[in-house]
Amino acid sequence: MNYEAVIGLEVHVQVKTRSKIFARVATGYGSPPNTLTDPVVLALPGTLPVMNKAALDAIIKTGLMLGCEIAPVCKWDRKNYFYPDSPKNYQISQYDQPICLGGAVEIELPGPARNIMGEHKKIPLTRIHLEEDVGKLNHGATDSLVDYNRAGTPLMEIVSEPAMHTAEEAFAYLTSLRQTIIYGGISDCDMEKGQLRCDANISIRPVGETKLGTKVELKNLNSISFVRDGIAHEIKRQLAVVAAGGTLVQETRDYDGQTGASQSLRSKEMAHDYRYFPDPDLMPVKVDDAWKARIRAECPELPFDKQRRFFEQYQLPYTLTSVLVPDHALSDYFEEAVKLGGKPQAVGNWIVNDLLRELGLAQLGYSAQIMRDSKRLTEEQITETGTFFSRKSEHPSLANIKIRPAHIAALVGLVEAGTVLNQAAKEIFTEMFTTGEMPDAIAEKRGLKATPTDSNELEQWCRESIAANAEALAEFKAGKDSAINAFKGPVMKAAKGKANPKLVDETLRRLLAGM
Amino acid sequence: MADELIFKPVAELAALLDAKKISAVELTQAVVARTQAVEPQVRAFNSFDQADALAQAAASDARRSAGQGRGPLDGIPVGIKDVISVAGQPLTASSKMLANFVSPYDATVTEKLRNAGAVVWGRLNLDEFAMGSSTENSAFGATRNPWDLTRVPGGSSGGSAAALAAGEAIATLGSDTGGSIRQPAALCGVVGLKPTYGLVSRYGLIAFASSLDQIGPFARTVEDAAIVLGAIAGHDERDSTSFKTEIPDYRTELKQRNGPWRIGIPKEYFGAGLDPEVAAAVEKAIAFYRAQGCEIKQVSLPHTEHGVSVYYIIATAECSSNLSRYDGIRYGHRAKQAKDVVDLYFQSRAEGFGPEVKRRIILGTYVLSSGYYDAYYLRAQKVRTLIRQDFLNAFREVDVLLTPTSPTPAFKAGEKADPLAMYLCDIYTIGVNLAGLPGVSVPCGFSSGGLPIGLQLIGQPFKEAELLAIAHAYEQAHNWKDRHPTL
Amino acid sequence: MSAPVDLNIDHVAKLARIALTPEERAQFARQLGDVLASIEQLKRVDVSGVEPTAHAFPVSNVWAEDVPQPSLSAEAALRNAPAQRDHMVVVPKVVE
Repeated sequence: MNYEAVIGLEVHVQVKTRSKIFARVATGYGSPPNTLTDPVVLALPGTLPVMNKAALDAIIKTGLMLGCEIAPVCKWDRKNYFYPDSPKNYQISQYDQPICLGGAVEIELPGPARNIMGEHKKIPLTRIHLEEDVGKLNHGATDSLVDYNRAGTPLMEIVSEPAMHTAEEAFAYLTSLRQTIIYGGISDCDMEKGQLRCDANISIRPVGETKLGTKVELKNLNSISFVRDGIAHEIKRQLAVVAAGGTLVQETRDYDGQTGASQSLRSKEMAHDYRYFPDPDLMPVKVDDAWKARIRAECPELPFDKQRRFFEQYQLPYTLTSVLVPDHALSDYFEEAVKLGGKPQAVGNWIVNDLLRELGLAQLGYSAQIMRDSKRLTEEQITETGTFFSRKSEHPSLANIKIRPAHIAALVGLVEAGTVLNQAAKEIFTEMFTTGEMPDAIAEKRGLKATPTDSNELEQWCRESIAANAEALAEFKAGKDSAINAFKGPVMKAAKGKANPKLVDETLRRLLAGM
Repeated sequence: MADELIFKPVAELAALLDAKKISAVELTQAVVARTQAVEPQVRAFNSFDQADALAQAAASDARRSAGQGRGPLDGIPVGIKDVISVAGQPLTASSKMLANFVSPYDATVTEKLRNAGAVVWGRLNLDEFAMGSSTENSAFGATRNPWDLTRVPGGSSGGSAAALAAGEAIATLGSDTGGSIRQPAALCGVVGLKPTYGLVSRYGLIAFASSLDQIGPFARTVEDAAIVLGAIAGHDERDSTSFKTEIPDYRTELKQRNGPWRIGIPKEYFGAGLDPEVAAAVEKAIAFYRAQGCEIKQVSLPHTEHGVSVYYIIATAECSSNLSRYDGIRYGHRAKQAKDVVDLYFQSRAEGFGPEVKRRIILGTYVLSSGYYDAYYLRAQKVRTLIRQDFLNAFREVDVLLTPTSPTPAFKAGEKADPLAMYLCDIYTIGVNLAGLPGVSVPCGFSSGGLPIGLQLIGQPFKEAELLAIAHAYEQAHNWKDRHPTL
Repeated sequence: MSAPVDLNIDHVAKLARIALTPEERAQFARQLGDVLASIEQLKRVDVSGVEPTAHAFPVSNVWAEDVPQPSLSAEAALRNAPAQRDHMVVVPKVVE
């Protein structure tokens, strides 16, 4: 019998707000333990939650970007369970009235080759709701330590329909979802920092069957490649169980990305009964059309829509769009350079090939410098200030490098006009990247412009070269086209190698035609 | 002199302080001395910090001398129920669970009292986590009724009521979830006001049942209650359920509102179980209003009989969740012998909570548990709507409702061992909380045994000014407030 | 009053994370049975078409702007902690 897998993903995304979802103390990653708390976060006796407006704006934005229906009214519920990372021993969440319903994530499956676009699909969503994150447990040999810094960070739970069938689809879903959320400025989705976390519900069923099979929940898929590998592994495991005549049990399994194996979390704890009820400390949320319209105006173009536009508007090849589009800032940078007059394909090439290479090198160099610096700091200085992580603003990025879209546009213009040659342009680019000077000035200063700039002088050199080589002239006239190359060497020599070969060729042909 | 001072109302003391006839330090010293003298009998306090109180009083005197007095509460010692947070002071809820807990922050009402210049004074005893009607369920010992030390002061704010009646404070704050201010006020012969839900911020009040809890004042007179209410009421952005509404000058309003009023008598509040002496005292009060030209109208609140059931479902459900945070992890009692973290919860909570708290958590957990939610919690919330409707319907015809506060005067300590019997103490006060209305208990006489009897007036939402004016009219024509217990 | 209610006190006490002594267990089962029996009367009330009351005076959209205030120091945050190490709360080992 043939089987198919059915996969649904539950993705938790931390919303990038300044303060926590129900308390006005800062959110953050990497701070010393228990330094992002207040009486509300610690659930001290007598404290009460107050909603964060920005977290609501963010989830509405997510919902609108993903085509969800935004509920006109939603409320908050308490999910009751005891765990040491949960300060109140209940989590404020949304049970039966989530803020976003439906919607879909557009995905792109791998194409037949890296440079060929793959098939697109829409994966439907069930719902998105908002809740609060819990603290963090650090497990020791004999006890555990609790840090509440993360507790109360706004968290979106994005639940897909069980509508995916392969690990590749799940991978593509997560990639696209992540990109969309980053595009919206809603979260940085850094999985290493736990800003995006993923659980998968996986089952198999005979092809043609419409009922879902026994569901296994796979946890701890804490990198995008672990999601792909973990799901692939689980599908294989389930098929093997069935092939061996076994029966699948509904369970939660823990995937270990290092070993590539999973193991059942045999619930030692008691059956869950979360005793959801409406939180009496919080008032309902009503979202009217004006609010939605305001947020809609802030929604960016979705990545795949932008890609389609780049194909159409700029005739860019897939290989360029697939680098430019996923990075919102990079695609903006590209469009800015084009707006300033740069030819799209040339601008795209400079950005994708040269700019990203130089930026990558600069980042590597910076990190190496930081590591050297850090050795000179005392341990205390490092932990106290979070030193090098807080020097983020200095870290080379598209936002702070000296080379701006205007530089790229100008360079493309110079090459286009034949003012500088390709090899010279590469040199100019490297210097622009370091100094931020405009390409024209660099070319001028370093003598990188094609010579002569005066066409009379070029014509003069060409005439001299033809006159000096009667043999070649005769050959050319006899119809041997390649004989023209014999005239080029002396011209190049006269130009000290900086003549534009295209221009030299044109000039020679014009003169030869008249002879 | 000292004895005279401690039984004077705020309004009079403020005049003496303003006239420099007494100082806040003298007044506070008198209160401290009285507390030290009678506390062994009354046991109204879980703790008090006299040095801190005297320092606050000295600061108050300095303000007045500099012409920067903050009004009638400046320099007045106000006792605080030990469920309301005071920065740097213990906050125990009369529970072993929080026996060593020191709160790092001020409740909004505490902050507001400080802004009004009041001397924040003492931590007053209660039924553990405000669950009870007698202040016997305290981990630190029961409070006695100053009028008869063999009897209970009522509860849960029994310490707040008893301390005031015994002269151990000039005014006090309590909290009221099902009658916890009004019932002890009645049993101790003082004024007790539960404001409209949302009028006073709950930030810093240890939650029992979030949708019912409200902080309010105990005072010697209705005017004093108006003064304290004016100081603590008002919207607070730290409490999402606090209401944005104009806060009138309640004290001035007392004198500007003269009736006559339309007074409703809900027939369901005068049935079986009502003590005849209480009934008689309340009838006399009705007669007084009638004589004043008020229209007395019998009304019906047909869902009254379901009040106690609805209350015990909603209050216990909410409390089961609210009290989950007391787990011995971040603060509070932690069991010594726990095998693992799950066992730590079981043991810490078993050791830290008293029997009534455990009972209510278990009941509340049950009514929210899978398969029972609709039958209990959801149904109770719907009947709550009907109870609320009853009141709102009645208020189409009348300005205020008049009832007994408690079915009986103070009962003997240990008399009500059965939880269900204790729950019925709140039969006349619970509806007010379910409907979110303001209610005030005012002394209206004494039993033949010399025990105080209280009259409850129930007002319309956010119309405390009118409610207090109606109570004030009664109080002014009677002298019950001039009697004090002999200790 | 006998209890017509299926109150599984052990299950509920587990959910509530409260260890009960055998005496408490027996006493609570009886007392809560009585309370639940008296609550049974609510089933007689016709609540068809009645909206539940979650808040006495419901308003919507009560929130604060996203402006952080200073944090407690780690020392202040852990001042009441029964056990702490390295600025964190110590709990018995959590077995997942």
